[in-house]
Amino acid sequence: MKPGSIAVIGAAETTRLGKIPDMSVIGLHADAALNALADCGLTAKDIDGVATAGESPVAIAHYLGITPTWADGTAVGGCSFMLHVRHAAAAINEGLCKTVLITHGESGRSRVGSGGFGRAPSSLMGQFEMPYGVTSPPTMFTIPVMRYLKTRGYTEADLAMVAVIQREWAAKNPRASFRDPITVDDVLNSPMIAWPFRMLMCCLVTDGGGALILTSAERAKDFPQKPVYILGTGESVETPMVSQMEDFNSSKAFRVSGKKAFEEAGITQADVDHLMIYDAFAHLPLYGLEDLGFCKPGEAAGFIRDRHTAPGGKLPLNTNGGGLSYMHSGMYGMYALQESVRQMRGIAPAQVPGAKIAVSHGVGGMFAASGTVIFGNET
Amino acid sequence: MDRALPQPTPETQHFWDGCKVGELRLQKCTACRESYFPPRPFCPACGSRSVEIYKASGKAILYSYVINHRPRPDMGTAPHSIAVVQLEEGPRMMTNIVGCPQTPEALQLDMPVEVTFETFGAIALPFFKPAGA
Ligand SMILES: [Zn+2]
Repeated sequence: MKPGSIAVIGAAETTRLGKIPDMSVIGLHADAALNALADCGLTAKDIDGVATAGESPVAIAHYLGITPTWADGTAVGGCSFMLHVRHAAAAINEGLCKTVLITHGESGRSRVGSGGFGRAPSSLMGQFEMPYGVTSPPTMFTIPVMRYLKTRGYTEADLAMVAVIQREWAAKNPRASFRDPITVDDVLNSPMIAWPFRMLMCCLVTDGGGALILTSAERAKDFPQKPVYILGTGESVETPMVSQMEDFNSSKAFRVSGKKAFEEAGITQADVDHLMIYDAFAHLPLYGLEDLGFCKPGEAAGFIRDRHTAPGGKLPLNTNGGGLSYMHSGMYGMYALQESVRQMRGIAPAQVPGAKIAVSHGVGGMFAASGTVIFGNET
Repeated sequence: MDRALPQPTPETQHFWDGCKVGELRLQKCTACRESYFPPRPFCPACGSRSVEIYKASGKAILYSYVINHRPRPDMGTAPHSIAVVQLEEGPRMMTNIVGCPQTPEALQLDMPVEVTFETFGAIALPFFKPAGA
């Protein structure tokens, strides 16, 4: 895409986050969508493009009363919304639609109107992973990590430090689920989930949603909010089976997606003022810093330990508190995007002063997919 | 609760048939000689449909793992390993490491392991145990 040709004009999360037992999945989608429409002063009748994951775009369009000329149901896990932004930008530039609504809603904690977790026993995962007792992300996303720690010379304490510093950011955010400070020892003494992962190295499980509205940069100036421009995007997919990822020390999908986004935006890592790396578990920011080129392999843990990503550091990372402390409904990518947009608008609870370029990097499945969006508040 | 078991497909039947007779079967491309896993009727490296099935050595190293402290109901109640081993022939596969304590001390990365099979009704699952144990 041409950098800066598309902008986010509306962005919002659900009114409440955390535990929302009185709303179903589609209700959460709609709440976020209505908030995002109000944010930019539009109604559902003004939307002609719909993208979502978790629900079908058909269900969302019908529920909200939208008659789209473009729909995208790309569902590759928690980074699907990064891919939706990318696809929407292409669709608007191609003239397939003018104004796109991207929605997310998930009853991760209360499980109201949501499907179960299961794989067909005839699928490759069902045949070659499920029989060995994998349950949910804590026993799958974590599979490569023992190898990664050995290769890089990282320790359990390095994983713990990721959670400690993100809690510092969460402390600044009134909407964060967990705000009390924690220490490395607190993390290492929290209940064992799946060695080497302790509870505080794993994301929250909460309810919530979010929505974005995109249009051309030309039109964006006519809306009430400061436009947040899309400078570059990337996406890729690798494997549905974490046991088959090519390199346990690096995500191919991360590398491909990140490289594409930086090339498109025409920027380097040094230009980035604010960074979101989807953190379903404490190892993901380490992989992300390395695979996106912010750190050399083996240097990410030291980079975090030296407080470069902490409040006051040169590369503020996961400033909403992340999936580890802010919220995690299941497909967290939408909340990473929301925080990037807030930072570019200058209204984040832990605002990075003068931030001009923000990178939002997502993961889908267990290193199965990836999407990257680079935002700017100037064209 | 019965253990979750695979349901073979036409493309994977040879693998599960092999497990029942105590053979770990891999596939190899006759064009580029690449061994690969999981089973499929073409070579993922070069796309050739000319592939052959062969009996692997069953030797591997422990490549990575977790110890699940919250086992699935069909897996019993004790913490157990969920591991990936790297086979001598190259491919990696998920498995459980059996025949040793399920502790970080007993489960050292890169330790040699070898295949062993356990039967659950119509299916035999390939597990790995410390070599020579
Ligand atoms: Zn081949």
